[in-house]
Parts: sequence; structure tokens; C-alpha cells
Amino acid sequence: MSNGIGASPARTEDRRLTTGRGRYTDDFKVHGQHFAAFVRSPHAHANVTGIDKAAAEAAPGVVAVYDGHQLTGDGIGNIICGWAITSKDGSPMNMGAWSALATDKVRYVGDAVAIVVAETQAQARNAAELVEVSYSELPAVIGSENALKSGAAQIHENAPGNLIFDWGIGDEAATDAAIAGAARTVSIDLTNNRVSPNAMEPRAALAQYDAGDDQLTLHTTSQNPHVARLVLSAFYQVAPENKLRVIAPDVGGGFGSKIYIYPEEIACLWACRKAGVPAVKWTSDRTEAFLTDAHGRDHVTTATMGFDANNKIVGFKVDTIADLGAYMSLFSSATPTYLYATLLSGQYNIPNIYGNVRTVYTNTTPVDAYRGAGRPEATFVLESIMTKAANELGVDPAELRRTNFIKEFPHETPVIMTYDAGDFEKSLDNAMAAIDYSGMAARKAEAASRGKLRGIGMSCYIEACGIAPSAAVGSLGAGVGLWESAEVRVNAVGSIEVLTGSHSHGQGHETTFRQIVCERLGVPFENVEIVHGDTDKVQMGMGTYGSRSGAVGMTAILKALEKVEAKAKQIAAHTLEASEDDIVIEGGEVSVKGTDKKMLWHEVALAAYVAHNLPEGMEPGLKETAFYDPSNFTFPAGCYICEVEVDPDTGKTDIVRYVAADDFGTIINPQIVEGQVHGGITQGIGQALLEGVVYDDDGQMLTGSYMDYTMPRADDVPSYEVSTTATPAPSNPLGIKGCGEAGAIGTPPAVINAIKDAIGADVSMPATPQAVWSAIHATKMAAE
Amino acid sequence: MSKVSMVVGGSESSAEVVSMTVNGKAVAKAVQGRTLLVDFLREELGLTGTHVGCDTSQCGACVVHVNGKSVKSCTMLAAQADGAELVTIEGMADGADLHPIQKAFNEHHGLQCGFCTPGMIMTAADMINRHAGNLDEATVRAELEGNICRCTGYHNIVKSILAANEAMHGAAAAAE
Repeated sequence: MSNGIGASPARTEDRRLTTGRGRYTDDFKVHGQHFAAFVRSPHAHANVTGIDKAAAEAAPGVVAVYDGHQLTGDGIGNIICGWAITSKDGSPMNMGAWSALATDKVRYVGDAVAIVVAETQAQARNAAELVEVSYSELPAVIGSENALKSGAAQIHENAPGNLIFDWGIGDEAATDAAIAGAARTVSIDLTNNRVSPNAMEPRAALAQYDAGDDQLTLHTTSQNPHVARLVLSAFYQVAPENKLRVIAPDVGGGFGSKIYIYPEEIACLWACRKAGVPAVKWTSDRTEAFLTDAHGRDHVTTATMGFDANNKIVGFKVDTIADLGAYMSLFSSATPTYLYATLLSGQYNIPNIYGNVRTVYTNTTPVDAYRGAGRPEATFVLESIMTKAANELGVDPAELRRTNFIKEFPHETPVIMTYDAGDFEKSLDNAMAAIDYSGMAARKAEAASRGKLRGIGMSCYIEACGIAPSAAVGSLGAGVGLWESAEVRVNAVGSIEVLTGSHSHGQGHETTFRQIVCERLGVPFENVEIVHGDTDKVQMGMGTYGSRSGAVGMTAILKALEKVEAKAKQIAAHTLEASEDDIVIEGGEVSVKGTDKKMLWHEVALAAYVAHNLPEGMEPGLKETAFYDPSNFTFPAGCYICEVEVDPDTGKTDIVRYVAADDFGTIINPQIVEGQVHGGITQGIGQALLEGVVYDDDGQMLTGSYMDYTMPRADDVPSYEVSTTATPAPSNPLGIKGCGEAGAIGTPPAVINAIKDAIGADVSMPATPQAVWSAIHATKMAAE
Repeated sequence: MSKVSMVVGGSESSAEVVSMTVNGKAVAKAVQGRTLLVDFLREELGLTGTHVGCDTSQCGACVVHVNGKSVKSCTMLAAQADGAELVTIEGMADGADLHPIQKAFNEHHGLQCGFCTPGMIMTAADMINRHAGNLDEATVRAELEGNICRCTGYHNIVKSILAANEAMHGAAAAAE
């Protein structure tokens, strides 16, 4: 079966995307289209004392200028965080109000204050500059540790001391006792740098209002159009769900940043109807993207690990402060808690773990899930301390890991996860073999002869993906269920449309989802169409994030296919006068096992629709739906080993080799999976070496363009050596674990451990040439 | 170029008629002096395959060919392209037949979300042309300095460009 599971057919979506025929939100142009521009706060923290709109309203082409009082006055609801976290003392999280347009106070540079609607984009932007907003500046709070200092400015009235919640997981007393009784302890202080997702397509929204039917349509850059519609309707009161259609067409990357429903989408929908224009389009520029797309990471952590005399871990205690920025974004509370501290056991058998997480408000861009979402932060803490511990205990980092690996499954960790399958030693062995781990000493010596510092670093990661089951996440505070839906429509001529609640924004679903249909039915690839991203076409679905589209989305398709197959078998059995149990579907034929009696696939489809001769009581048609809710998270895991050479004169790090050995369970399309790993690794290298959002003390972002924020470019990274092993996931029938985030999760500690090995000193992310040079010279000076 | 006056949003502003050949077709349109070439292509000609990914000429999603050379169309005014011969991503395939670079990107999974892809392909065409078949990985990576991709990690883009180079020049190189 050339296009089934395990094959790598070239992607079907590529024809339009390589020929310039992709259709991204900004590519849509509709009759009567107007443009929006936003007036944004230039201050990190200020009271708004007045808005003078007169000059803007009188500017050429301007149709309307609206402010936050008008928005809230029309009943548009505040932006919500969809995951309730309870503090250790039982109190609910302190969520401050977030209006799509600020009313009395602004809380970060870029906070939207007003929307201008005009006939052209240039007119809208020009007029936005004419809106005179009077501000009374307040002291800015920048940096999570500053946020908690006494005397820090108060950002939200209902979050005293800027604390959102103080949450814990695990048994603190037992962990303290275990560490107190440990033969050796190792501690570490770490910063996980704030990064900007930077999907290459900037966010955009095209709101259309059809006054005849009182119907709103939103084209937008979303990873989850149904969730967007639900939230826009139920919470923001933009329109009832049946009067709002959300379309996420081709979307140019997401990485988490396009999960959330932002102020701009809300304001464009509201303003379009209020201004009485047919359509309002807004497209972010890159600086707006830096200012307003939810950022990722930004943790400050202290951790201590205790070992017994045999180097077995006895306890692990972690204390983290996570900066959530100025407002709580949709999943901002879950990211540094249930997506972070639940993974602190990593691949290791750790009897006692306690994680404490305090989240704080600061006068910065909101922070939420970014590729990996909490799991990269957990992996960075754990894999950094494991390597540090190996050095302090005097054992090889690989051996210390091997000593502590979980080897039996299922394995229940002290932080609520139940790992169901894995083979961590195999990934480690494969990665070590691929990079020639034992030959490192010779390579180090050879590099030294050239004046270079060569180092090797590893990271053994595990993640929880699928982001499901619904009952589990519900019990932990999620406001939604995290199942997925699918519909398989077989047309009367036998061609097939698969409608999925998953959304592809680079993942290649149009290809991989076709593969599952071909695998099951044996129909030609070109007879199958994948439909996604339109709430008018596709039934409610939950969208794509958390590496869930394979494990959850594709399983929903499988479940719908199984129903279709069952009905097709009944029809064939009836027509061919055979027993249903003897019918097999293979190679596009529905036949009676062991005989030459058969129907072609399209003959069965036609029989279902003409309905002249169906089994007694059977409904006509061949179309089935499924909602799939998995029984557990999936647990992709693997080992990454990075080899670097540092130039001690310049501090520049070259990644000379990078080896990945992943266990993603069953793989549908190896080429696409490899692509996901390449991309994730590069984002991880970006975070480790290059990227970092920087604010000055006043809250001005210093990294608001590609001239200031260093994105990984082709010559910053090597070609990668990737391989996979497979322990199928027991929690879904396909055995898929997911591959979308692994690279970004496992990579940062591998890179940083390699640099530390090379220079023999500590260094933080991003390990820029300046940071590395300073680290080398600080060590030298201390030694002298 | 001829001067015309046009009414833009209620106020009169000066505009020029610019003429150029785009993907083999002659076009002439009145545009404002400040209109960027990329906006002219996208908004006036409906050629939305050329993308805008930044405001600072860093990302390369907007690369097109002007008189045979790759140019970031966000860095050039439409008026500056008066009289020029342009090729955009929409002009690369020969009808239903993909250009060898487009084919290579498809075969080697050189794209994911596809947003940077038009610029990558236009840059690759220029690169392959200038190096006349003499490309290696290091050169390709250095030449991609002006194009940012967030999805692929560049691995398969590099592979695609080298494969296209081979397809386009392999036979010639082997004959030498």
C-alpha cells in the first residue's frame, strides 16, 4: 500500500503552496472591504485620562474611531483565561480584567486603546496616529522577581502583590525529608528566557457582516476556529454561534500563538457591525506581532535534587516563578502548571517530587503556550540538573541517566502522570551510537589543537501530548474538553471527503489524513479530500496544538471510517448474499473472503445512495461521524545529543553535529515527521543560542523587529541526524504519540549542556557570543 | 511614466501610471508614489503568492525577480519597477508543470506552512542561476541569509535547493 501508514507520499497541499496559490487570511479581498488600525499604548503602565478622537475622525477615508468604553458599553465581554488554577491555600486564581480595548488603564506597550476603521490601510494607519490619548504614567513592573517585591506597582486590583496564584503539586513534606536524608544534593538556578513565537504569517482578521441575515464571518489566522467561535460567542458576546462563521484558511504557522482569541479579532467583528461596513480587515505588521502575539516561556527556577549513595534520585524539589505578562491569556495558567510540573519526573524513577509555581503579572506582553508549552521548561530544569549532578557526582551524564531510567510500564509518577509505554535506554543508545559518544575525547583534543573548545551535551526528554482526555483535564480545571471530531462523507460515486476538527498550519494533515483513508479502504489518494478550518462545513472540533492531531484527530477519523466500513460491509453482504463477517475491504474492493464475489468501492457507495436495495431498515447514504476522547495522554520521548565548538576568542558557538533519537509510537508519514523534528530542534536552538525578548526597565521592548530579535537562519544551524524507534502508544488504536513539539522540548538543554561542557562554565539562554565569551572570561578571571 | 491625479480617500494625491511586464503579461496601473512593489503585486494585480512577513526587509517572504535578479519587493517602490520585467511565484510553473525548484520542494518536504516558500523558491532560482550549478550545502546556507523560515529548520529547504540545482545543472555539470 504505497500511500498508507508508513509511506511518505509527497504532500498534496504543496501544489498550491509552491505556486503562490495558497490562500492566507490577508489574501482574501471582499467587496466593500475596509481596514482597521489599532491605537496602542506607548507606555507599559499608565492610567488613561482622556481620548481625543476628533482629528482622526475627520481624517480622509475614516469611517469610525471606537474606544474601550464604547466596546464595553456594547456588552463585549472581557477576554478570559480558560483554565482555572487553585492556589495551595484553596483560593481561586486572581484573574484581572482584560478588555479588548483598554478603558481606564493600559498595562503593556502595545495594549490596544482604540480601533480606527477607514477605507484604506494607509488611511487607517495615518488616522490612528491622530488619536490623542492622554496618559498618566505609572511605574512599570518588569521581571517576575520584581513583580513580587514589596512596594512593586500594582497591575491588577484583584491580584495583590501581582501574584496570580501560588500552586503546588506533589508531596512537599516527603520530598523535603527525602532530600534531607540524601547522600548528595545538587542545586541549580535557571532562567528560561522569554521568546516570541514568530510564525512567519503575521496574525490577521477579516470580519464581514451580512446585514441581510445578521450574519458575521471571520477569516482569521487560527489553529482552532471552532474554539475561536465558541469563545467569541459565549464569552465575548460578539454574536451567537449560529450567527458567526469562523474560517481559518491556509495559516502560516502557529506554534501556539494562534490558539488564542486576541483583542483584534474581537474588535474587528464588533466594529464591522457597529460601523455598518461590509468588511473590516486587519493585518498585523511584524512589530505588532512582537508586541501582541502571546510570548512563550519566561520562568525563573530554583531546583534541588537528592541522590542516594548509588546515584539513585531520592527527591526533587522545584520552585518556579512564571511571568504571565499583563493579562492572563487563554491557556496561560495551564502552561506553567499542569503542562510543566507534571513532567518534572522526566524519564526517571523519582519517588518524591514537589513543584511549587507562582505566577505573576508584569507590564509585558501576555505569555502563553509556545511550541512545547511547559514541557520545554520542565525538560530544561530536569536535564540541566541531571548533567550538573553527573559532573558533581563524578559520573558520566549518560550513566547517571541510565541509572535512573524508568524501565517498567505503566509507571505512575509522583506528579500525576501515568506513563504507559517507552524505551528510554534504546533512544539513549541510538543517539550515543549515532554521534559516536565514546569518540568525544579524541574530537575534543583535535578541536583543542585548533584552538576551539568542543563540548557534548545530551537531553533525555519526555512530554505529555494529545492534551486529553477530557475528564482528566476537566478535573484539573480546563474549561473545555479536549476530544476531537471527524466526519467521513462517502459521495455517491465513491470519492471521499474527510471533515476534521484538527487544523493544519504546516503539519501536512491534508496528506497524512488521506493516508489513513487509503490504508483502510485502498482507494486512490486523489479520490480523498480533507476539509478543515471552517465552522460552517465542519462540526465542532477542538483544533491543533499539543501534538494532538495524529493521536486524537486521526483517531477520530479512524473511528468514523470504522463506522463507514461497517455500513459498507452490511450493504455488500446484503447485495452479494453473504455473511457480513466474510466481507473484507481491501484495495478499493469490497469482497467476500475466499470467493470471487465482490463490489467495487464506488458500487457500494452508489448502492447506499440510490437505496433501491438496502438491508431492511437501513438508512440511505454513507456518511458517519465520530467524536474521539482518548483514555490517556501520549508520551513521546527521546534523546538528543548536541556537539558544539566554541571559539574562545569570540564566544561564538557552532553546532557541529546534532543527533535526535525519538520515540513517537506509530508514524504515518516519516518524511513529515522528520520535518517536524527539524523545525522543533531549530526553534530549540533558537531559544538556546539566539532568541530572547528584552524589555528595558520602563517596559519598552528592545527586540521588536527582525533587526533586533535574532531568528535562527539557515547558516546558524546544521543539517540534523534524526532517527526513530517505536513503542506504540497504548491509549489510541493507531499507536501514535505525536511529534510536533519534541524538537523544541528536548533541544535547549542539549545545546546548553554542550556549551557548558565546552567552556567549563555556566551560561544562560540565550547563549549569545557575548554571553559565552563573558562566561569563559569570568571563569578565567576567577581562576587567576 | 505619466502623471495622473487620483482621488484617494477624499483627498487628491499625485499618482503615476507604471507599466511593467509581470509573468509575461504587460500591465499598466496608476499607483501612489509611496506604493511598495509588494503591495502593488498583491493588491493591484491580485498576485497574493508574494507575502509580507516583516516590516524591515529581513524575512524574504516577498522575494520576486526584477529584470532577472531577486529583489525583496517590500524594499522597492512600484514606481521604481516601471518598465521592468518581473517574475513572481505565480510565473514559475509552466502551466501544470511545476518548475524544477517547486518540484524539489515538494519531493523533499522543503515547506510546511508555505508562507516563506514563495520567497525561498524565488531566492533559490536566483541562487542556482548565479552559481551556475556550483552549489554546496555551506553556500546554500550562506545564500539563504535573507530568508527566514520558522517551520522547517532549513534542513529540507537546503536539501530541496541542492536537489533542484542537481536537476537543473546536473546533466550539464556531468558533461563537463
